[in-house]
Formats: sequence, structure tokens, C-alpha cells
Amino acid sequence: MGLLSKKDAKLIMDPLSDDNPITIQVLGICSALAITAELEASIVMAVSVMFVLGIGNVVISLMRNIIPSKIRIIVQLIVVATLVIIVDLVLKAFAYELSKTLSVFVGLIITNCIIMGRFEAFALANGPWRSFLDGIGNSFGYGLILILVGFFRELLGSGTLLGYKVLGDPIELTGLYAFGYENNGFMLLSPMALIIVGLIIWVQRSRNPSLIEDE
Amino acid sequence: MEQLELFFKSIFIDNMVFATFLGMCSYLAVSKKVKTAVGLGAAVIFVLAVTVPLNWLLDQYILRDGALVWLGPEYAQYDLGFLSFILFIATIATMVQLVEIVVEKFSPSLYNSLGIFLPLIAVNCAILGGSLFMQSREIETLGLALNYGISSGIGWFLAILAIAAIREKIRYSNVPGPLRGLGITFIITGLMAIGFMSFGGMLTTSGENEEATSETTVSKAEGIKKEKIESTHIVEVSTIK
Repeated sequence: MGLLSKKDAKLIMDPLSDDNPITIQVLGICSALAITAELEASIVMAVSVMFVLGIGNVVISLMRNIIPSKIRIIVQLIVVATLVIIVDLVLKAFAYELSKTLSVFVGLIITNCIIMGRFEAFALANGPWRSFLDGIGNSFGYGLILILVGFFRELLGSGTLLGYKVLGDPIELTGLYAFGYENNGFMLLSPMALIIVGLIIWVQRSRNPSLIEDE
Repeated sequence: MEQLELFFKSIFIDNMVFATFLGMCSYLAVSKKVKTAVGLGAAVIFVLAVTVPLNWLLDQYILRDGALVWLGPEYAQYDLGFLSFILFIATIATMVQLVEIVVEKFSPSLYNSLGIFLPLIAVNCAILGGSLFMQSREIETLGLALNYGISSGIGWFLAILAIAAIREKIRYSNVPGPLRGLGITFIITGLMAIGFMSFGGMLTTSGENEEATSETTVSKAEGIKKEKIESTHIVEVSTIK
């Protein structure tokens, strides 16, 4: 971290654990869970959000002094929507199959609360470089959870990772399947994503008791 | 019949919260009390009922491939589909503002109960998601679009009402410390989603559509088996002929 001052490094590292956008700030759950049945889709989603949030934060931060505060929401929405259209067109051009799997959830990055949340909370009050770091850090934190969930769901649900059969072949009964192991198809269904995130929160908060809420 | 089928399908089978995770942020943030949950739920139904038909019209007459043909035959080749995100979100944001102004003017009591939630809604994924699903599921008529907006709103309303009621009660239970609050809400929502999956068999006539959507979730191994079965099936059919 020679390039970054201590304060800047904190901007990137904090969202990874103690200030994670999904498990602590409760932002951006909407489009995160539905696409985590496969690891590949989760990674692509994480990268797309990183692109949109990193660049969007810089743009908003550069414009922060000229946006009238009354119409700032709509200005922010237009900036995000433009960036998301770029992502959508790039995905359609270079990864058509994947863009089919992600379907409307690419579009839903626009209303991903992480993006609006970081614009409001950070980019409107800070300079471009710090906003960029904040954007990257938060999308790392977001991507981390997405990839974790995607990893477990794909591994336990279909026995593959990124499409590779890491546990052996279920039809020819090689690898683990030779011992009678079965895929848990339930992991591929949407409710399990919620339960896995719940478990991640459990693990995280029991490791760091200061995060526990008291209702 | 088509209307009724879409109505029940959007409420129970394709429930926005439990099947597609739309609007989760506000679902988790505003579900601590039943009263506020009802306010937000009502606002979501209202806004969805306005924006989905409106965006349907936009999609039909401006955005779709060849939709501009009503301007003249030379416009038939244009496909403005790539603009749909920006147009939909602009429509939603302006409609929300407009609805807020109108409600404030004509019904102050409704404004007091809905008002604070309306600005929140412009960035609720459920609203944009409603319009995008309306587009990708190719809903055919304006009436069906209106129906889709209202019924998916009702589905969302039911979900937030249920979780708010559960959260009010669960405050008296002894939940393990690290799970308290957010963690247990996630897990309860997961369990509720499993419950809602049992509605899947309710409408058998729409089985074909569901097969198409669930195909992505079928594991690859099963996919291969299915292909084998299908290919043998085709052989059988051809031999019978």
C-alpha cells in the first residue's frame, strides 16, 4: 500500500469486513441474491458493479458543486443509467449467454441501493480520487459476499465451480459421486441465497461482537 | 381468464420478494413495524400501478424494434431498445414526484401516511424491476400491464406485511446474539420463500413458461439426462409414425 496514504487505504479495506455494504450497511441486496446460483454470474455482476460504482462516484464527485440539491436524485439516476447501459451493451456483445442469465438484473444495477447510497453518503461530499477509492472498496466488499454465496451455491448445488466438475462426474459416478455423494439441488433455488447470507452474517458477527444489534 | 391467471401468478408464484428478490433493501429496512410496512407497501402498489402501464406504452410505441412505425414507414427500421433503462427510470422518478405533488394537494391525510415513503420508492428495485420484467416477459396488452403492476405490488405488500408482523413478535424470543436483527430476518425470509415455492404448482396451465425459467436452475447433469430422454422420446415417436 505504498501508493496510498493510511486514510485512503482505510477507504478500501473497511468495506471488506467491518463496514461491508451487504452485511452491515444492508445495501444492494436486491440484485445481489438472484444471480448467485453460479459463480461465474456472481463474478460478472461484481465486476459490473465495480465499474459502475467506481466511475459513477468519480462523475458525481466532479459534478457535486454544480448539481442543485433538489434534483440531485434524478441527476444521479441518469449517470447510473448511462453507465449501466454501457455495461449491458458490452455484456450483450461479448458474453451473450451470460447476459441472458443475468437478464433484467443488469438493469437493476441502476436501483442497486449501494450505488445511490455511496453517491449520497460519500461522492457528494468528497473529491474524485477519494470517491473513486470508496467506490472500488465498496464494490469489493459487495463482490466478496456475492462470490462467497456463488461459490457455496454452485459447489453444493451442482458440484461445479465456474462450470468445471470439481467433485467428479455425477453421471459416470467418478470422484465423490462414486461414494454416493449427491448434489443438493435445493442450493440452486432462490431461498437458499437468503439463508446463506444469513449464515455469513452470523459468522461475521460472532467473530466481531461489536457489530451485534440490540433491538 | 388470462387476467386472473396473471393476477395470481404475479402475487404468489412470481412473488417479487420471494422469487426474484426485488425491493429487498427497503423490505429489510422498513419492516421493523407493521404500521410503516403497510404504508410503504401501499405506496409500492400505487406507484407500480401507475408506472408499469406507462412504461408499457413507452415500450410499445417508442422503444421496441420497429415501434416508431406510427411516425411513418421510414422510421420502421429504428430499434431504441438500448434506451429503455434510462427512459424507464426517468419515467419512474418523474411519476413519483408527480404523484407526490398530486397526493399532497388532494388528499393531505393520504400524504401524511404515504408521503415520506414516496421519495424512497424512486430507487426501489421493485419498481424498476416491475417495468423490466414487464418488458422481458412480453406482456401483450395495456390491461394486462396494469394488472401486472397492481398484482406484483400486492405480492410485495403481502411479503413486507408478513415479515413485519414476524419481526414484531420475534423481538420477544431469545435469538442468538450475532443473529439478532438482520441475520434472523434473512433466514426467516428464506424460510418464507421456501413456503411460497409450494404455490408453484397452483397454476398448471402456465407450466410451459415456468419450465423455461426454471431451466437455468436445473443442474447440468440433469440437463444432460433430460436431453437423452428427449432424444430417445423423439426416436420412439418417429418409429411409431
